Amino acid sequence: MGIEGVGARVARKEDKRFITGAGRYVDDMVVPGMKHAAFVRSPHAHAQIKKIDVSKAKAMPGVIGVLTGKELKADGIGNLICGWMIHSKDGSPMKMGAWSPLAVDKVRYVGDAVVIVVADTKGQARDAAEAVEITYKELKAVVDASKAMDKGAPQIHPEAENNLIFDWDLGNADETAAAFKKAAHVVKMDIVNNRLVPNAMEPRAALGHYDKAEDHYTCWTTSQNPHVARLVMSAFYNVAPENKLRVIAPDVGGGFGSKIYIYPEEIVCLWASKKTGVPVKWVADRTESFLCDAHGRDHHTHAEMAFDKDHKILGFKVETIANLGAYMSLFSSATPTYLYATLLSGQYDIPAILGNVKAVYTNTAPVDAYRGAGRPEAAFLIERMMEVSARQFGISPAELRRKNFITSFPHQTPVIMNYDAGDFATSLDMAMKAADYAGFEKRREKARKAGKLRGIGFSCYIEACGIAPSAAVGSLGAGVGLWESAEVRVNAVGTIEVLTGSHSHGQGHETTFAQLVADRLKVPMDSISIVHGDTDKVQMGMGTYGSRSGAVGMSAIVKALDKVEAKAKKIAAHLMEADEGDIVIENGALKVAGTDKNVPWFQMALAAYTAHNLPAGMEPGLKETAFYDPANFTFPAGCYVCEVEVDPETGMTEIVQFVAADDFGNIINPMIVEGQVHGGVTQGIGQALLEGTSYDASGQLLTASYMDYTMPRAGDVPSYKLSTSSTPSPSNPLGIKGCGEAGAIGSPPAVINAITDAIGTEDITMPATPNKVWAAIRAAKH
Amino acid sequence: MYSVNYHRASSVADAAKLLKSGDAKLVSGGMTLIPAMKTRLAAPSDLVDVSRIEALKGVKVSGKTVTIGAATTHFEVASDEKLKKACPALAHLASLIGDPAVRHRGTIGGSIANNDPAADYPAAMLALGATIVTNKREIAADKFFKGLFETALKDGEIVTAVTFAAPAKAAYEKFRNPASRYAVVGVFVASGKDGVRVAVTGAGDDGVFRAKPLEAALAKKFDASALDGVKVPVGSMMSDIHASADYRAHLVTVMAKRAVAAANR
Repeated sequence: MGIEGVGARVARKEDKRFITGAGRYVDDMVVPGMKHAAFVRSPHAHAQIKKIDVSKAKAMPGVIGVLTGKELKADGIGNLICGWMIHSKDGSPMKMGAWSPLAVDKVRYVGDAVVIVVADTKGQARDAAEAVEITYKELKAVVDASKAMDKGAPQIHPEAENNLIFDWDLGNADETAAAFKKAAHVVKMDIVNNRLVPNAMEPRAALGHYDKAEDHYTCWTTSQNPHVARLVMSAFYNVAPENKLRVIAPDVGGGFGSKIYIYPEEIVCLWASKKTGVPVKWVADRTESFLCDAHGRDHHTHAEMAFDKDHKILGFKVETIANLGAYMSLFSSATPTYLYATLLSGQYDIPAILGNVKAVYTNTAPVDAYRGAGRPEAAFLIERMMEVSARQFGISPAELRRKNFITSFPHQTPVIMNYDAGDFATSLDMAMKAADYAGFEKRREKARKAGKLRGIGFSCYIEACGIAPSAAVGSLGAGVGLWESAEVRVNAVGTIEVLTGSHSHGQGHETTFAQLVADRLKVPMDSISIVHGDTDKVQMGMGTYGSRSGAVGMSAIVKALDKVEAKAKKIAAHLMEADEGDIVIENGALKVAGTDKNVPWFQMALAAYTAHNLPAGMEPGLKETAFYDPANFTFPAGCYVCEVEVDPETGMTEIVQFVAADDFGNIINPMIVEGQVHGGVTQGIGQALLEGTSYDASGQLLTASYMDYTMPRAGDVPSYKLSTSSTPSPSNPLGIKGCGEAGAIGSPPAVINAITDAIGTEDITMPATPNKVWAAIRAAKH
Repeated sequence: MYSVNYHRASSVADAAKLLKSGDAKLVSGGMTLIPAMKTRLAAPSDLVDVSRIEALKGVKVSGKTVTIGAATTHFEVASDEKLKKACPALAHLASLIGDPAVRHRGTIGGSIANNDPAADYPAAMLALGATIVTNKREIAADKFFKGLFETALKDGEIVTAVTFAAPAKAAYEKFRNPASRYAVVGVFVASGKDGVRVAVTGAGDDGVFRAKPLEAALAKKFDASALDGVKVPVGSMMSDIHASADYRAHLVTVMAKRAVAAANR
């Protein structure tokens, strides 16, 4: 590792423009003649649309167009789809209801888009949107997933009887039943994983531009995966064929999953641009973000774990109801199934597991992947189960875990995953030491004297990242492959452009990807540019989510670099009349090993492009592309320890210590990894303590602003104690596992385990607000 | 935001005159009104800005009498050296409002006239037995705050100042709403020549109120221990997604105890 190479703490190259306000986001884009859009949205959670009268709106100042779902349908724009097929245990395909980009006959959640208004200014568009008169017939709504299948619950989509989308099983049923028969102990638990609003700093936005002369569309959009957006809009929504549609995702201010999906707004803006003849820009306001961005989590689960008399786990049985909201978002079916139940083994050797998931419609915002996506739900369930079980058995939570850890790899779980590397005991040891676990009882006693309740909680999480082998996900129902592509262009003067299908919306790719290339080709980082986010520049890509940019995206770059290096060496060997096998790359030059003969990197590049003196038969130029399909998921794992002090008078929880010991495999830039852990843990603490999405019974979102929805602030979290160990992933050339989601996956159970340890009762749901903690303490006393 | 006519008033009389135009509203810091306008929940035709009227600004302490101009910002109240000596509890309260941006814009007059049921100043005014001075009259705090967002102010009436006698002892303790950081329960206790007064914001279902059972207990002994087992009625508490009525009622006593302890420090 050099000062810029792999493993160096290089400051992020992109931060200068972000910190100085010079980033360029969709809302910064200006196209000549551009106009502004506002959407008329449903104020009801569930209603029939009886009549839409746009006449007043059309007559308002500055209005260019007022368009409805009927016109959209007449132009052949398709319904939104969910791109991952799940089959129920009876073999029937999931029951997907129609999602029109603009509602036609019925609205199904508050915020459902009904009409688009295009006007000269944003203010005029909003004024006119208020003048659209829609007559609704209100219907009964259901918002609670656990009640969606009840008799008499309102039917949301005709396709899905009793609002049941699928009833899906994973695992070995017979073995699980047998395991419970021979169990010495069975621990049971009902658990809720709270719904979260993603809250990216930059709200979603879209700018659609139809160029009549070229019959070509351009869409600037806040996307984590612009190529997927183009593919889906082209193949399913009939916006335009791929060669007539360019999608650009410029600087994007955070996604956390919520910007993976293709939403109605970008489709409608593109269509409206053709319809009105002007470029159409829409930028969500914060209320729209709360109402309409795909939410995360929202599981209701009953679980039982079977143990033998020595507290070895025999089996795990899980029944989950997953709330998918009013419509099936793009990957909504995968999140509570193959990203959730496949992780039910946790870090433990569990011979028999049966997970059942029922996905239901409700009259709430669509739910899809949000940082961690299914894996936080699995980790929360397993790690609460381990802690509660240890308490019931009267043994140390650390020892119960240690007794059940998987210790040899590869390890095939009963739920698809084949863990290929890990060392769970080391992470546990590191975390316990960093947390001074041995000194905890003394600290607890000291806190008790000060009138505070102190508690400590563990979480030994594992997750699956770098999704994943395309053939594997294809066999599980994915509508896409999950490879990644890269192109490395060495210019004639030796500078380098790397085009990647990954997309950075906060991850720091411009830094880490450049570090990788600098390390490999021994050229300065300054001479390397990372290009992403534009379907006209980058050949194809699957985008960034599931902590896949390192493990998959960078592996594609490695493959392209292999080819570049091989050709560069051939050219250099030819120029120096040396043997290709003797060429080494060092410090900006290609050298003949063991001699002082060398060709500077730029000279080799120039030779590639002048083509005056190349080896016989070699094509001019130096530019290589690669597609990389991973051999397996990667399995980041670790141990988090949280220590809290609860004020029993107010129920207020203070996190006094948070320790994270992660195994991310090899690390490119430790500073960026730490930043990812900081962000992830903070989001997890947000879920555990602060963030509670609340709909009232009629389907109105009560937490639709920061006055009511609590985002974590700096003062809510302590300084984290971080450390890493490494068992490199054997599944990719870099040995990387991924670090983007671990913090959000591992931290909630640690926090809740600490609180329940402090207050002496397990009866608490997330977010553990002061009111809930106080009530739990009081209920436990009575 | 809808379009609105903006007027900068040069004096209180000018403001009163301008206030007669259309559906005009006074604006000072605009910390409540402007967000409501931005989300189109409020739509006044005219805004009359009183924040630059010099006569409405500043803190005066004369003997035991404290007078604070209505357009004095929370920051100015929090950092006024004279006030920190005369009534440190009020300066402390002002330092707890919102964030630095809010404290540099928001004003005491705006807070009082708006009478948000979770605002901090109404509790102080009530506990201090303050007098609210308007361009027309003087109103005792006990008669000024009339429930949720309601006050004794009549159309065209403008708060110009508040005035009160500095208490012997006082303190404010606030338990914040984790999201908005407004008070879920805020308790101001004051002990002075008129006895002990305890006012509560954030908790009551009809806005700021005096906690009479706590006042009675503290009148006997101004010590936190005097409040052991003393409760406010749950029935008059607000209940929402952030805090139940019984939790709020419980917190009133907890915060009052902490305030008394702080006042005695």
